[in-house]
Amino acid sequence: MAQIICENLTLGYDGKTILSGLNLSIEKGDYLCIVGDNGSGKTTFMKTLLGLLTPVSGKIITCDGLESVQIGYLPQQTQIQRDFPASVYEIVLSGCLNKARGLFYSKDLRQRAYDNMRKVAIGELAKKSYRQLSGGQQQRVLLARALCAADKMLLLDEPASGLDPAAAQEMYSVISSLNKDSMTIIMITHDMAAVKKYATHVLHIGSDVFFGEKAEYISKYGIQGEGL
Amino acid sequence: MIDKLVYYFQFPFVIYAIIVGVLISLCSSLFGVTLVLRRFSFIGDGLSHVAFLGVAVAAVLNITDNMLIVMPVTVVCAVLVLCAGQNSKIKGDASMAVLSVGALAIGYLILNIFSPSANVSGDVCGTLFGSVSILTLKGYEVFLCVVVSAVVVLLFLMFYNRIFSVTFDEDFARATGVHAGVYNIVMAVVIAVIIVLGMKLVGSLLISALIIFPALSAMRLFNSYRSVTMFSAAFSVVCSITGIIAALLTGAPVGSAVVAADIVGFAVCAAGGAIAKRI
Repeated sequence: MAQIICENLTLGYDGKTILSGLNLSIEKGDYLCIVGDNGSGKTTFMKTLLGLLTPVSGKIITCDGLESVQIGYLPQQTQIQRDFPASVYEIVLSGCLNKARGLFYSKDLRQRAYDNMRKVAIGELAKKSYRQLSGGQQQRVLLARALCAADKMLLLDEPASGLDPAAAQEMYSVISSLNKDSMTIIMITHDMAAVKKYATHVLHIGSDVFFGEKAEYISKYGIQGEGL
Repeated sequence: MIDKLVYYFQFPFVIYAIIVGVLISLCSSLFGVTLVLRRFSFIGDGLSHVAFLGVAVAAVLNITDNMLIVMPVTVVCAVLVLCAGQNSKIKGDASMAVLSVGALAIGYLILNIFSPSANVSGDVCGTLFGSVSILTLKGYEVFLCVVVSAVVVLLFLMFYNRIFSVTFDEDFARATGVHAGVYNIVMAVVIAVIIVLGMKLVGSLLISALIIFPALSAMRLFNSYRSVTMFSAAFSVVCSITGIIAALLTGAPVGSAVVAADIVGFAVCAAGGAIAKRI
């Protein structure tokens, strides 16, 4: 059953239209990769899905009981975050906020934070300061935070950017194992090898817009993805 | 010197000044951490100029309790700036600068043209630098300050986790279903209240020092949000008490003495941080 349906969606911000006439539906357990040139509107699309930007026109319909408190998000890092004085544990735990019933985190949620830190292999960094970590470690902290927030769906904006190849592979395999546990994945990436290996569906944004299954995408564009 | 201090502490106005100083510096440092981290340091400055405009208007209208005007005006401006600031045509820092200089100029202008008082420059100086007002506090003003500070600290403790989340990554918080907008408004209101209270201690030109120095100093030495917050609160309280006592002993103006104590504290922390990095 579809979790998100976009009908004739037109995207943009600050009154500028970037992309129009987008139709697609995302099913539970899909692994959707969003590809396309820089500035083509990939991040804008993701932020619109998340409700951070309002669509210029068209509709985003969420179904199958999907709520924003069940969605995890791994944004691109901001400049503010790089030297933010906070411990890894504090940041990961903040991902549980949408599940906190009272004003403070329950024991279960604190356990959830520790579990997710272990899942992305940063368990031993819990007390370390975020600003003293390497780029790859910081990215994993943000992934662990996203996992704390996610129950059904995970949106990732270039999760492997700034990672060395080995760290990127590890990142992808963590994401893939989540997908096997029926988590829906929506990921922006430039890494065609990852698209080939993991995606079930591809959304190509650019001068021509494509949405469909991976096999269809590969047969239509070739894996180098002409014009990418 | 000790004798002199003991003698001073017999006067209620000295005790009042210390109580109010501690409370204001505590509140401003708690919220200062998030303002500094969100790159909003200058908001304290801008809002305090708006508050100055409020004081001027109240003086011209002959309203004795100027809080009635100053507080709502500042709160409204804070909400506008913090909540709408990111989306407006004039970007954050520029819009703040416009508001800040504009309010200062208009405030001084109307005070000069319309003021019923004979000593305009004395009034202006007092409002800008808080030179005497902290030593002329009345009982009910202290009471008001205690109540408001208690509410501010309570709000901070209650929303500590939310404040952290929105400060670190507002987009993430909103995307995952946290009502960041509400907390932004609460924070804007609280910050405006702190600034209006803080004007009593250090005056409107110097209030942003109370917001910025404790946070910056703590960030030099500590690495987790919790420890930064706790240290900046302690730092701010200690500097304020030191500043007030120094001012009493030397007859210097309280506001600038407090800020000077903050500067010295910051220098010590910066040096400490640099040494800790070397080791």
